Amino acid sequence: MAYSEKVIDHYENPRNVGSLDAADDAVGTGLVGAPACGDVMKLQIKVNDQGVIEDAKFKTFGCGSAIASSSLVTEWIKGKTIDEASIIKNTEIAQHLSLPPVKIHCSMLAEDAIRAAIQDYKQKHSTV
Amino acid sequence: MVTRPIYLDYQSTTPCDPRVLETMIPYFTEEFGNPHSRSHAYGWRAEEAVETARVQIAKIINADPREVIFTSGATESNNLALKGVAHFYKAKKDHIITCVTEHKCVLDSCRHLEQDGFKVTYLPVEKNGIIDLNRLKDAITDRTSIVSIMAVNNEIGVIQPLTEIGKICREAGVFFHTDAAQAIGKIPMDVEAMNIDLLSLSSHKIYGPKGVGALYVRRKPRVRLVSLIDGGGQERGMRSGTLSTPLCVGLGMACEIAGQEMVAENLTLLALRDRFYKKITSKLEEVYINGDFDKRIPGNLNLSFAHVEGEGLMMGIKELAVSSGSACTSASLEPSYVLRALGVKVEMAHTSLRIGFGRFTTQEEVEYAAEKIITEVLRLRDMSPLWEMSRQGIDIESIQWAEH
Amino acid sequence: MIYLDYNASVPIRPKAREALMGVLEAQGNPSSPHFLGRQLRSFVDNARKEILKAVGGERLVFTSGGTEANGLALAGVGAVPILVSSIEHPSVLKAVPHPHVIPVTKDGVVDLESLENILGSFGTPGLLSIMFVNNETGVIQPVQEAALLAKAKGWKVHTDASQALGHIPFSFEDLSVDMMTFSSHKCGGPVGIGALILKEDLHLQPLVRGGGQEYGMRSGTLSSPLILGFAAAVKDALKEQSVVSQRLRGFQQKIEQALPNAIVYGQNSPRVAHVSCIGMPAVSSQLQLMAFDLKDIAVAAGAACSSGAMKKGSPVLAAMGIPLTEAQGAIRVSTGWNSQESEIDAFISEWKNIHSKQLTKEAI
Repeated sequence: MAYSEKVIDHYENPRNVGSLDAADDAVGTGLVGAPACGDVMKLQIKVNDQGVIEDAKFKTFGCGSAIASSSLVTEWIKGKTIDEASIIKNTEIAQHLSLPPVKIHCSMLAEDAIRAAIQDYKQKHSTV
Repeated sequence: MVTRPIYLDYQSTTPCDPRVLETMIPYFTEEFGNPHSRSHAYGWRAEEAVETARVQIAKIINADPREVIFTSGATESNNLALKGVAHFYKAKKDHIITCVTEHKCVLDSCRHLEQDGFKVTYLPVEKNGIIDLNRLKDAITDRTSIVSIMAVNNEIGVIQPLTEIGKICREAGVFFHTDAAQAIGKIPMDVEAMNIDLLSLSSHKIYGPKGVGALYVRRKPRVRLVSLIDGGGQERGMRSGTLSTPLCVGLGMACEIAGQEMVAENLTLLALRDRFYKKITSKLEEVYINGDFDKRIPGNLNLSFAHVEGEGLMMGIKELAVSSGSACTSASLEPSYVLRALGVKVEMAHTSLRIGFGRFTTQEEVEYAAEKIITEVLRLRDMSPLWEMSRQGIDIESIQWAEH
Repeated sequence: MIYLDYNASVPIRPKAREALMGVLEAQGNPSSPHFLGRQLRSFVDNARKEILKAVGGERLVFTSGGTEANGLALAGVGAVPILVSSIEHPSVLKAVPHPHVIPVTKDGVVDLESLENILGSFGTPGLLSIMFVNNETGVIQPVQEAALLAKAKGWKVHTDASQALGHIPFSFEDLSVDMMTFSSHKCGGPVGIGALILKEDLHLQPLVRGGGQEYGMRSGTLSSPLILGFAAAVKDALKEQSVVSQRLRGFQQKIEQALPNAIVYGQNSPRVAHVSCIGMPAVSSQLQLMAFDLKDIAVAAGAACSSGAMKKGSPVLAAMGIPLTEAQGAIRVSTGWNSQESEIDAFISEWKNIHSKQLTKEAI
């Protein structure tokens, strides 16, 4: 299948690849997907005292659309508050990247990854 | 000079050899007669050309030309062999034996026969992709009409022990069919020495034109079958329809060249493949070969690049035409059933590429392809959370993954 | 060499040859997901659309030729009654074990009255298959009328339109059929490819199973050169249709009027311009063919596939009630896009020659 230009751009020049220190209290880590399904996303956010996402990093095992979806959301969530980030919908991701129907699950996974990272961050702070 | 895209998908299909083209082209134009026309020279010349092709095909498998019938390709040949034999002998025999790693067209024909009331045994394969002969022996009963085991697997290139299978089948009085689409021109095929009763071959896998193939059907002892396509009664009543003279001529020529050049070509391909494999494995860790390394045709490699997803990798090496599974199924996202049958874990199956080398592959192309793959695998591993975890010594299997 | 056996095989049209040659050396498999495969896939899909546009219809399944397309249509519908005309191509007559047969009139036309009666005798609807143009006599069959009769009773209808394409105007929809067969080489495309056009809601049991290509109805690697050649031939045949049939009509009249005592089979029925099935009393077709062959003129005694069984006479003529002794004197002259007037003249001259020799013999 042919990939859209935006997918190709994110695949070839992925934004924010890397890892943050998962042990850091300011960092929330989301790990979603499964190797057996052919895609795994790790998304990490670093949140400041105002609840704003200062930094975001990802690593993805998957097809070009999965890589592009995760790369795109790291761009989108940076500078957003965690509340703002948590309302990002997979349909927005899919639409932005012009994902074909068979690749919609990649955008859903990216949405899940954001939620999981936020959840992890919140969990760390609820006990404090 | 390397021109791109680089074609490394020779198990999917092969480009037509220029010598084949040259032989065929006149039959697309001035020699347009219908080989079944008995009343004029146009028809006779076409018939003569078709018969010459039949001789060329027979020769490469050591058969009699009268035992070769033309079809539209190996898919049709396999359908005809299995359904044809099964239905002809069904009154006395209703059991078929095949193998889990066969081409889809064999498996699908078998599934359909099951719906028609036949019993089918699907033999498993060993880790190396090869069947266990004892299991085959045990599976044969007095109700078994046909055993169908492919000569060379299309995804992993492994060669089945044809002579041994043929011997077992002959002794048990069971017909032996082999799908030799991937074997012709790669390994010596001999229907006598191997006791093969039916053999399917494809033209476009051996540098011939697409749209034609053949089925060998033994005359002594005679194999009978119910035809799939009926009509004018061409091909001794086993396959009706106007034969395409240019395609038949092309297939004949492709067989002739394959027969002449197989030995030398294999040496070249082996050298190219080894060069490629050494280069890859010298630069990349955790690359696994799927299927037996030695009992395989020289033009095939099927590799798993741990923690790098195959489709994502293919996108990065898009100037290389390779395959991440068999061409018929790779549009779907399911991992290859052939790799699964070898016991390759699903996550590993997702990281595999099939790389096929062939007659027109050059050393420069191989070098370039290897470098390209190395660069991309390194880049994607840097991006892979699984690679990161495995480097940290985390056992990926110990993690509770939410499978979606 | 003078070629007057277009109904056996049509020389490839230059446009079809060009299209075919353009991809003959192309690498890749139209089912492969990489760049080369996708490119071929788009060529193939485009060819599919072009053929559908040219003849109408909703869905097209490529097959290895007309024979396979007929087999798929008839055997693929499942266990229902199958009704065919007595003058069908063997690939229709033999597609299923025991089809019910509708007779034809002495003029070679499907007998609609009989059809109506036979249709009425079935409790459950099935499939009716009637060819559009008979390959031996050129008689145009009342497909639309037959289809309407059958559809009124809930039957599905198939027509083998191999000999109609490029010779008479028609469209899939107007004929009210559900399935239609085409053969590439009968319209000047390459041999080895054909198509079954069908309605979208019809799903047929495949004859050839495997990778699931062609909507799951016909597996096997698609041959892009053959498909592109086929599509170009269809386009070209339709473009030239009116001009070519007009020219061929002239040739046909010339041939049929050449000998006053020759019999033209089906002459009282509407016929296409490119075939004449003509009999010369008292001269066997064998003898005529031999004489023509000595003069390098290629004609036929009947359909190519059954011509090995020439002695048994044409089953089509037999179905029209022509006695065997008479049918054995019939030859088929068929023309096409590249036929020249000089060829017709050469044929007529030799034919007259054979005839006069025979008259002399009889006189002695």
